[in-house]
Amino acid sequence: MALDSKIPQGPIADKWTNYKNHINLVNPANKRLIDVIVVGTGLAGGSAAATLAELGYNVKAFCFQDSPRRAHSIAAQGGINAAKNYQGDGDSTYRLFYDTVKGGDYRSREANVYRLAEVSANIIDQCVAQGVPFAREYGGLLDNRSFGGVLVSRTFYAAGQTGQQLLLGAYSAMNRQIGRGKIKMYNRHEMLDVVIVDGKARGIITRNLITGEIERHSAHAVVLGTGGYGNVFFLSTNAMGSNVTAAWKAHKRGAYFANPCYTQIHPTCIPVSGDHQSKLTLMSESLRNDGRIWVPKHMKDVEAIRAGQLKPTQIAEEDRDYYLERRYPAFGNLVPRDVASRAAKERCDAGYGVNATGEAVYLDFASAIQRYGKEQAHIKGLDENDAALVKKLGQEVVRVKYGNLFQMYEKIVDQNPYETPMMIYPAVHYTMGGIWVDYNLMTTVPGLYAIGEANFSDHGANRLGASALMQGLADGYFVLPYTIGDYLADDIRTGPISTDTKEFEEAEKNVKDRIASLINNNGSHSVDYFHKKLGKIMWNKVGMSRNEKGLKEAIEEISTLRKEFWADVKVPGTADEYNEELAKAGRVADFLELGELFAKDALHRTESCGGHFREESVEEDGPQKGEAKRDDENFTYVAAWEYKGEPKDAVLHKEDLEFKDIELKQRSYK
Amino acid sequence: MNLTLKIWRQKNASDKGKMVDYPVSDISPDMSFLEMLDVLNEQLIEQGEQPVAFDHDCREGICGMCSLYINGEAHGPDRGVTTCQLHMRMFKDGDTITIEPFRATAFPVIKDLVVDRSAFDRVQHAGGFISVNTSGNTIDANAIPVNKHDADDAFAAATCIGCGACVASCKNSSAMLFVGAKVSQFALLPQGQVEATDRVLNMVKQMDEEGFGNCTNTGACEVECPKGISLENIARMNREYLKAAFKG
Repeated sequence: MALDSKIPQGPIADKWTNYKNHINLVNPANKRLIDVIVVGTGLAGGSAAATLAELGYNVKAFCFQDSPRRAHSIAAQGGINAAKNYQGDGDSTYRLFYDTVKGGDYRSREANVYRLAEVSANIIDQCVAQGVPFAREYGGLLDNRSFGGVLVSRTFYAAGQTGQQLLLGAYSAMNRQIGRGKIKMYNRHEMLDVVIVDGKARGIITRNLITGEIERHSAHAVVLGTGGYGNVFFLSTNAMGSNVTAAWKAHKRGAYFANPCYTQIHPTCIPVSGDHQSKLTLMSESLRNDGRIWVPKHMKDVEAIRAGQLKPTQIAEEDRDYYLERRYPAFGNLVPRDVASRAAKERCDAGYGVNATGEAVYLDFASAIQRYGKEQAHIKGLDENDAALVKKLGQEVVRVKYGNLFQMYEKIVDQNPYETPMMIYPAVHYTMGGIWVDYNLMTTVPGLYAIGEANFSDHGANRLGASALMQGLADGYFVLPYTIGDYLADDIRTGPISTDTKEFEEAEKNVKDRIASLINNNGSHSVDYFHKKLGKIMWNKVGMSRNEKGLKEAIEEISTLRKEFWADVKVPGTADEYNEELAKAGRVADFLELGELFAKDALHRTESCGGHFREESVEEDGPQKGEAKRDDENFTYVAAWEYKGEPKDAVLHKEDLEFKDIELKQRSYK
Repeated sequence: MNLTLKIWRQKNASDKGKMVDYPVSDISPDMSFLEMLDVLNEQLIEQGEQPVAFDHDCREGICGMCSLYINGEAHGPDRGVTTCQLHMRMFKDGDTITIEPFRATAFPVIKDLVVDRSAFDRVQHAGGFISVNTSGNTIDANAIPVNKHDADDAFAAATCIGCGACVASCKNSSAMLFVGAKVSQFALLPQGQVEATDRVLNMVKQMDEEGFGNCTNTGACEVECPKGISLENIARMNREYLKAAFKG
């Protein structure tokens, strides 16, 4: 099948408006006759479910957590971008579009990104109207901060809990519709298959996680807002339950999976402390607004620190290597995430890591505390030369801006970051790859949509900070509700979809058989045993830097591990009860397939771009020596994989990316 | 560290349930409390026993899914943290730790330490929102300035994670802190004024119907709240309720 991205004609700035003017609409009376299933209730799924219900569709929403409010969007910290230009610093729709395409290393679809930038301002208006308490200045207007990879301040925030506040906004919009009966909410339900009838997505099979009951649900269209697949690495900043299962089942039913190898490794996370670790914790990128990243210049200082004979605060300014400021003077500590992560790895690989494992760098607030303290002393007419006073005042400012993050760090690491620099190291955080969708956000299966992190469309090979929240809400509030209407206009006479058909029966049997084989397997190792092994392979060979040899090994190792899993996994309990191990087993089984496709995708893309760094493809000389080298001639396309049984047999389809409004350039932050 | 765990085991909602003792060894002080339970569960699975069911998800203190009543305190002995952020360095080698589910009539046990908190959702369905449809034409976000103190207080109330520690800590199983936080968030913002009367009446009515008890001002909820939600929110809700009741 040829991939048709269905990008509207015309100049980029008019595409979305023209598109909206010419699509088919469903009249309000007919919307009442149409059912839509939304799987996942994070920013994308939650906002979509609420908006579709407001429009009059009958929505059935599903989440595996005990409430829609728990979705992992809640953990997003730093902020949400919008081209409001409230700061008057030169921001515009075009500039947000440009920054996002450039930040994505020219591997995203121009038309989608422009639309994202276009609706970004509406998101802020909508959220404020819903009562989302964004940070404000003393004049009562909204405050902004700056994020990596850009030269303007366009990020709106609510302390370090922006994702929480935005999700609670979408949740409140959902609650209003649940109360009105327009959304039927299924908590603690996990989607285990998509049902296709006459070539169209017409329903899903779910497992009730409390009773174990397998259920059939039908609708005229199915929307997946099921997030990313970072947990294929076992250790990531994702929630424990975040998984690829819904997306992977869709893939197996015909939805192409795009760019699985594009993964974001976030530079500022709390380092791994030991083998017991179950997940990693992010420290918001907003900290790089004020924190400076460094390692010692001299190996003797590194050794002394590791031996506990020297404290970082005792190292003189001239003996520190602020390596981001050194290598990238224009952007400094605010380079994009992929660049910052690789730079940290480079220093640690060279032996300059500052903790026992050698995998940590410092994020230091001492100079910010000084700067803010002096400013406050000046404002209050106090003595700017009183060091203790300045420190105290400065710490207060930092506490207001980042207090919850500092507290989180202190609880986990047991060190006070107001007094000593934080230790950070990169960790898996977000997946830019996902289910392939066209301009309408429809997958290659008619009637099956993917929104938010679950799709691939807007971030190319690297996502800029504060753009995930923007994309999730743009898709759910402002894009999908239009595009899905164009498709559903053909369904006004279809009537309710029966679940009493052979397609539902086949899908249900499939699900039950798979559960039975997991329960009856009676092997010798727990699910986590296999998940941890998969994570090690992924991190070591398909992680921050990749090469041909390692990737080929990874493919073999994952394939072998998958066989071992099915032969030897042990799932206690039964299928007809609350059984967390069974739910985990199903998710890890899917990760074991996705992981191989991930490595296969990384192997075929021999260029370096964004978060995908191939050691074979670096700049050999010139001012960019050592930086990632893109290959636009051969790789300016989206790799969309078609399922053919085993991951190794997946067939590659290419969607060529055209750049008409932005010139392809080497991405420089120097 | 070596520890003895006394854990509530209950097969399902209709089972009677009982405390069971489990020894665990080689626990690192850097582990989180839930990672310690992971170790126990791995051990139980290896021995062919049923692992202990407990709710958890983000493991960074924000999703509100984890719970647990540890040594008689919701989210355990540390202050300002959820169970997932409680670390084993808060305990000593040789300690016995009692682990129970959050207990309240409105939070029935599903299995072991997992409880059903959907009563909280239903209280939100009754009025925890501002009735504004999604539209590209709402007024500009900066059209209505909001006093920074009010905005900050609204934010502080809105940081509630809906974990239910307030209910579990209250001798009356009252949900006043949870409901008060939501009512306060909207009461403090201009956008929330239009529906203020109905909101507080409907949410309180639903709260009572769910079987939550009343508030007798002991303040245990505020002490145990992992997000430091202030008792002022209960006072504000009471004022809002009184105003609304007079309006009728």
